Amino acid sequence: MSDIHTTVDAKGLSCPMPIVKTAQAVKTVPAGELIEVLATDPGSVKDFAAWTRSTGNAIVEQSEDGGVYRFLIKRA
Amino acid sequence: MDDKPLAIVLFSGTDDKLNAAAVMASGAAALGRPVHIFLQYWGLDAFRSDRIKNDHGLAAEAGAEGKAAVDALQAEGQAPWYVTLAMAKELGGVDIQACSLSMDVLKITEDDLDDLVDGTEGVTAFYLAVGDDSQILFI
Repeated sequence: MSDIHTTVDAKGLSCPMPIVKTAQAVKTVPAGELIEVLATDPGSVKDFAAWTRSTGNAIVEQSEDGGVYRFLIKRA
Repeated sequence: MDDKPLAIVLFSGTDDKLNAAAVMASGAAALGRPVHIFLQYWGLDAFRSDRIKNDHGLAAEAGAEGKAAVDALQAEGQAPWYVTLAMAKELGGVDIQACSLSMDVLKITEDDLDDLVDGTEGVTAFYLAVGDDSQILFI
């Protein structure tokens, strides 16, 4: 697993900010690099599944710890 | 990626409905969908540069309980609707147009509007811009 290129800390932010901030961040990340997203919005689980399916970016890891959702996304 | 455009007719000028429109617009922009927002009446009035940051109140059905809930979310740092819209525009593909009839009703010109607004158009131009197979939300 290669290193994380960028981390998007969206903890405490409500919908749609975790997705909007991630969509902004991917523009600065080269293809194939990894973006880590941290969010506390429970809706982000379905939102990131839908967003990656639609944009072609891939969730390569996903976990939840103490109400914090972590997504590791590979830039398409 | 779904390129089907999302069109929003933003008629209402209360902060809750402005925020709902900003959320719908930014979510679509994050998916790479073009978004076209047509500002009418009180929705347009809220985009006046001297009023955009004002408290625009909430829809009548919010009541005291709803206002407390919205205030609490703001205190937690939820971005105001115009910041959410600005972020949506940074993502690209978001076009915000003022309804020319509403400009006449409010007796304002483009100089009175915030920079979030890209221009003015009539309803025919709106329909043409959004195309035949777009979804149109009326908020």
